[in-house]
Amino acid sequence: MSALFFWLLAAIIIASALAVVLLKNIVHSALYLVLTFAGVAGLYILLNAEFLAAVQLLVYAGAVAILIVFAVMLTRRGDIRASNLFNVNYLAAAVVSLALFIVIILATGRMAWTANPGHAPAGNVGAIADAFLGPFAIPFEIAAVLLLVAMVGAILLARGGKQDQ
Amino acid sequence: MITLNHYLALGGLLFCLGLFGALAKRNAVAVLMGIELMLNAVNINLVAFNHFLEPARVTGQIFAIFVIVVAAAEVAVGLALVLNIYRRRLDSNVDDLDWLRW
Repeated sequence: MSALFFWLLAAIIIASALAVVLLKNIVHSALYLVLTFAGVAGLYILLNAEFLAAVQLLVYAGAVAILIVFAVMLTRRGDIRASNLFNVNYLAAAVVSLALFIVIILATGRMAWTANPGHAPAGNVGAIADAFLGPFAIPFEIAAVLLLVAMVGAILLARGGKQDQ
Repeated sequence: MITLNHYLALGGLLFCLGLFGALAKRNAVAVLMGIELMLNAVNINLVAFNHFLEPARVTGQIFAIFVIVVAAAEVAVGLALVLNIYRRRLDSNVDDLDWLRW
């Protein structure tokens, strides 16, 4: 049963990621990007990471996708139907990506993973909260500082300096 | 039976698709979309390692949350840069943004 869901979600993720890369209209690409993020959230539920699935839907399918749609609307000029074309070195990019994929498959195929036995903690959110407020407390605070700095920097950049106005 | 290698292959395929999008696209916003696909592939790998190799702890999920935080910060700053460049040059084509060229 979970194998069926895995193949279904994998087909959705790969097909919509291909649509993101190959479609010519960047608005369609952004919409398929949302579908890819939702498929990855389903994969997290299969992997017993329900909290992460919720975060994925909120942050990626919600905030990041909306930001990208905003950027598309604020920067577009000219014909929207041909707004997401390939540049001159797409053949080299295809060769590099394909070679990297083959290397990844060969490397993971010959690796013997040794699993530590153990049961997943019952309350996923509780375990994550314990980790964030215990051993990962300092990275947690630093992540908050990073988000604040990025937000202030993004506002300053998007608003422009005084001499621009 | 779905094993760890299935998830790793899916993550690798998604990463390579994102890499192709980031390298081969002409629009700067599409390049950022490719980077988001790559970060999602990494997150799939982290959560799959957590689930299959060390199920008693949630370290992989913690790292995935940090990746999501950094990705959100990155896309906010990246899109602000694209908007600022667009306002100055009326263009978001990465082939034409070459005034730092040698």
